[in-house]
Amino acid sequence: MAIVDSPVVQDIPAAEVPDPNEDLYHAKSWVTKYLFCQDAKVIAIQYSCTALGIGLLGLVLSWVMRLQLGFPEVFSFIEPAHYYQFITMHGMIMVIYLLTALFLGGFGNYLIPLMLGARDMVFPYVNMLSYWVYLLAVLVLIASFFVPGGPTGAGWTLYPPQAILSGTPGSDGGIILMLVSLSLFIVGFTMGGLNYVVTVLQARTRGMTLMRMPLTIWGIFTATVHALLAFPALFVGAIMMTLDRLLETSFFMPVISEMGEILSYEGGSPLLFQHLFWFFGHPEVYIVALPAFGIVSDLLSVHARRHVFGYRMMVWAIVIIGALSFIVWAHHMYVSGMNPWFGFFFATTTLIIAVPTALKVYNWTLTLWRANIRLTLPMLFGLAFIITFVNGGITGLFLGNVAIDVPLSDTLFVVAHFHMVMGIAPILVVFGAIYHWYPLMTGRMLDEGLGKFHFWVTFLGSYIIYLPMHYLGFIGVPRRYFEMGETTFIPESAQDLNAFMTIVTLIVGFAQLVFLYNLITSRKNGVEAGPNPWKATSLEWQTAKTPPEHGNFGKTLPVVYRWAYAYGLPNAAQDFVPQNLPPELVATHVGNQVPDTDGES
Amino acid sequence: MIVAYAILLVGIGTVVFHFVSPWWWTPIASNWGFIDDVIIITFWVTGVVFVAVVLFMAYCVYRFRYKEGQRAEYNPESKKLEIWLSVLTSVGVAIMLAPGLWAWDEFVTVPEGTAEFEVLGQQWSWMYRFPGKDGKLGKSSTKLIDDDNPFGLDPKDPNGQDDVLIEDSELHLPLNKPVKVLLRSVDVLHDFYVPELRAKMDMVPGAVTYLWFEPIRVGTFDILCFELCGTGHYDMRGSLVIEEADAFNEWFEAQSTFAETLARISPEGEIEHKIAANAAENSF
Amino acid sequence: MSLVDQLTEKPWLTEGCEVEGCVGEAPLDLRAPHLGLKVLLGVASALFMLVVVAYAYRMTFGDWQPMHQPWLLWVNTLILVLGSWGMHRAWGGAYSGQLGVLKSGMVLGGGCAVVFLGGQLLVWKELVSQGFFASYGVSVAFFYVVTALHAAHVFGGLIAWYRASLKIWRDDDIDNVRITVELCATYWHFLLCMWIILFGLLLLT
Repeated sequence: MAIVDSPVVQDIPAAEVPDPNEDLYHAKSWVTKYLFCQDAKVIAIQYSCTALGIGLLGLVLSWVMRLQLGFPEVFSFIEPAHYYQFITMHGMIMVIYLLTALFLGGFGNYLIPLMLGARDMVFPYVNMLSYWVYLLAVLVLIASFFVPGGPTGAGWTLYPPQAILSGTPGSDGGIILMLVSLSLFIVGFTMGGLNYVVTVLQARTRGMTLMRMPLTIWGIFTATVHALLAFPALFVGAIMMTLDRLLETSFFMPVISEMGEILSYEGGSPLLFQHLFWFFGHPEVYIVALPAFGIVSDLLSVHARRHVFGYRMMVWAIVIIGALSFIVWAHHMYVSGMNPWFGFFFATTTLIIAVPTALKVYNWTLTLWRANIRLTLPMLFGLAFIITFVNGGITGLFLGNVAIDVPLSDTLFVVAHFHMVMGIAPILVVFGAIYHWYPLMTGRMLDEGLGKFHFWVTFLGSYIIYLPMHYLGFIGVPRRYFEMGETTFIPESAQDLNAFMTIVTLIVGFAQLVFLYNLITSRKNGVEAGPNPWKATSLEWQTAKTPPEHGNFGKTLPVVYRWAYAYGLPNAAQDFVPQNLPPELVATHVGNQVPDTDGES
Repeated sequence: MIVAYAILLVGIGTVVFHFVSPWWWTPIASNWGFIDDVIIITFWVTGVVFVAVVLFMAYCVYRFRYKEGQRAEYNPESKKLEIWLSVLTSVGVAIMLAPGLWAWDEFVTVPEGTAEFEVLGQQWSWMYRFPGKDGKLGKSSTKLIDDDNPFGLDPKDPNGQDDVLIEDSELHLPLNKPVKVLLRSVDVLHDFYVPELRAKMDMVPGAVTYLWFEPIRVGTFDILCFELCGTGHYDMRGSLVIEEADAFNEWFEAQSTFAETLARISPEGEIEHKIAANAAENSF
Repeated sequence: MSLVDQLTEKPWLTEGCEVEGCVGEAPLDLRAPHLGLKVLLGVASALFMLVVVAYAYRMTFGDWQPMHQPWLLWVNTLILVLGSWGMHRAWGGAYSGQLGVLKSGMVLGGGCAVVFLGGQLLVWKELVSQGFFASYGVSVAFFYVVTALHAAHVFGGLIAWYRASLKIWRDDDIDNVRITVELCATYWHFLLCMWIILFGLLLLT
């Protein structure tokens, strides 16, 4: 792609915007400071709050869904149509509106300028628009709950013809609003993504070479490039499906006899949509996973007081995984009826991806080797991430291996796999990251006792929900079933297990409310954090004030002298050396921040 | 300390659960046992990695826990170690991939001369069609579907006249006779799956997909739809009876052909059928 | 320092802020818009290529009926070429400091874009009046999708063009619009190329 391979990359910019007062946007009123704000940090918090808010809705939907699965025929208000609407919205909300928005819009906006030593994103106005378009997308999504027929119940994959036919709930207005909302999300994301990419390539401070960037930035950057190239596929698919639904075109719709009536469609290809969807959908998995990979590397390193092991391999693995993820999409379609010979190609590419991914796992664990591990909350979440991710990753090797996918696809094994690998694992990183950066955002620590409760219940709880779920998949229990009813092959104990999983789900759900309570109350009551409480090396902790003010740094930008992982340097005065500490001070300087950040010239 | 034990517990617990879990696959009833074998191979390879990673982590958390004044080792990378790990992982991947691809090759290559029959999916029921004595299935088109002709068969195609139509969700198949299943849908995506057979494939409207298997065990099994197809998806069931050839033939003889159903419906249908039958005779 | 060198650097071995590949003289505000536009064009190219791929895939199905392309499209193509030339002139004018050339180029570039949009609308009206609705056949549907997506991009360009024009006519200020005009010209050329590819595809099939 021209984005990376351009000569511009070589011209690392000077550290300083000539006159910050002239170039920086300044808020003039309350409205422009908190509402229509162009400061990336405020936009980040707007993104995060909106994402967590809609994510809460996704969480509640999952409770209702679990109630039905655990105790079928008990809750008469849950009808089949409702159930399908809930699973659809739960999936869509969690994958797109929560995780994608939170990792890129939330963490991306907050961390990219700070970690790179920039004052703000390169195009602040477009960045602000990005959030408002995202908010509009969320509102349209919520509106679909209130149109006649309710939201779509087509499954988050929205496969046609089913998605737009009357046998599916929400085929009146729900599906249209869903497609409109997705299109808006993509437009909004493109505006933000443009910023992230250009800021990473252009606005790094002096001394910040590509290989000195923290892995968080690498993860978010690669994921953004991904998203920019993958989302157009969903956009195209959404437009065509909207036309199929509204104008009766036949992009995806073949001749159909629906409930005894021949529809006006002719000759379309449902598989075309699946190809478009998964050309977006598989990279989407990595859009969520890569920022998590990056962030967790930093969490492990900071709290183990040791450099990331094999930093270069970690960077290359992110880039290689990113590139490969564009040629594996049809592994979601092994049993879709596509040309069976594709199976050989996609199974091979899919399993090859396992190699760089496994190397990342090894390097995370090797980071712990001969380290000095502090079992802080971010560390606990990091460790839990590794276990969950390894577990979810290896079940991916089952599903990616085309022949094994034949019996396992569309069973609960798949549900357990993707929840483990791209639900629980990234969410654990999100939690770890919030515990890690909350002191920076607010100046106060989150309560540790509540945090420990939240951690153990969330980690162990979700593990014992999803581990046995794989085995239900082995039996052959299908996903997306409102109820199993009578079968010859499912033992009764499976229903007991389902009831157990439902109860654990509710407990884990309760722990999330505790987390929210912690988030809200610690803002006022938390222990004062002070600057750089974790003794980290990266630049976001070297701001003049904690939390950083508009413009991020003091009068001048920090200058970078080394990589972000100078932990445990033998000749240094303390066990970490900030990136912007001048070399002559390494042997003597003691303190969380580099002295006199403002005086640097 | 607690954390190290907890990690250990999760690792050991996972392995123990795997071995004592009462939930495991249903006894197989088709020739696809090799797929099960590939799953077992994958379990061993990935299981070893999982246990190794978890044990290593637990050890590190225990052994290298924080001590005031202690400093971590500074050793940014080890080329040798990374190469070794890459090679080992690649070998592991190859061990899983090779038999997987082999099994897939078997799965998509139908042996010559395998008998065919058709499964028709629609919201939310199953129907089946066997070729008659001529061994050929007649032409069909979704456009021809109506109440009298739910399969959309072409009345003018002589091959279709003796097709045996089963407008019921119960399907019978003879033991030990490989079959190729042609999968057709008239409305949305469906997926024909019997857990005991281990073989599934989506049915795509506008196209005919296929799978093949050989039943190796007598019994009655559930047929389920495995691709979300609307509100009634969960209720789209059928049953598969695998029985000895004699019993199957008895059941098969009792079913009616397309010509017979046409004749039952309308006199014109009968005429058409006769014309078609004559045409068929003449053509031989 | 090449990209490969940068990506294989062992970052723990270098110290200091004057390392190679690290100091650039170009102020970031001068470079960023160019890069931003490149990224945007990358995304737009991905979008159009995906439409092309979908088009080619869908063509292989039995119901595909080739569509007769209205002659007006040729006129519209010419207008687009003219607009691109106009914007190119404006770019030259902005850099040589000739306000007159800049203004005339801007008028030609923007005017042609507006006329092009009008022309495309006429094509649509004509097609609809002849009964070629989107549901007529999938090739017709694709025609509407392709032209609409392209027109939407032209419209987006006009917004940037409008903002630049305001500055030019209100403030006679060349220095502040130079980059905008340059980027507009690049964007105009890009959309012309895209149109030629898409129009060629429509013609050939």
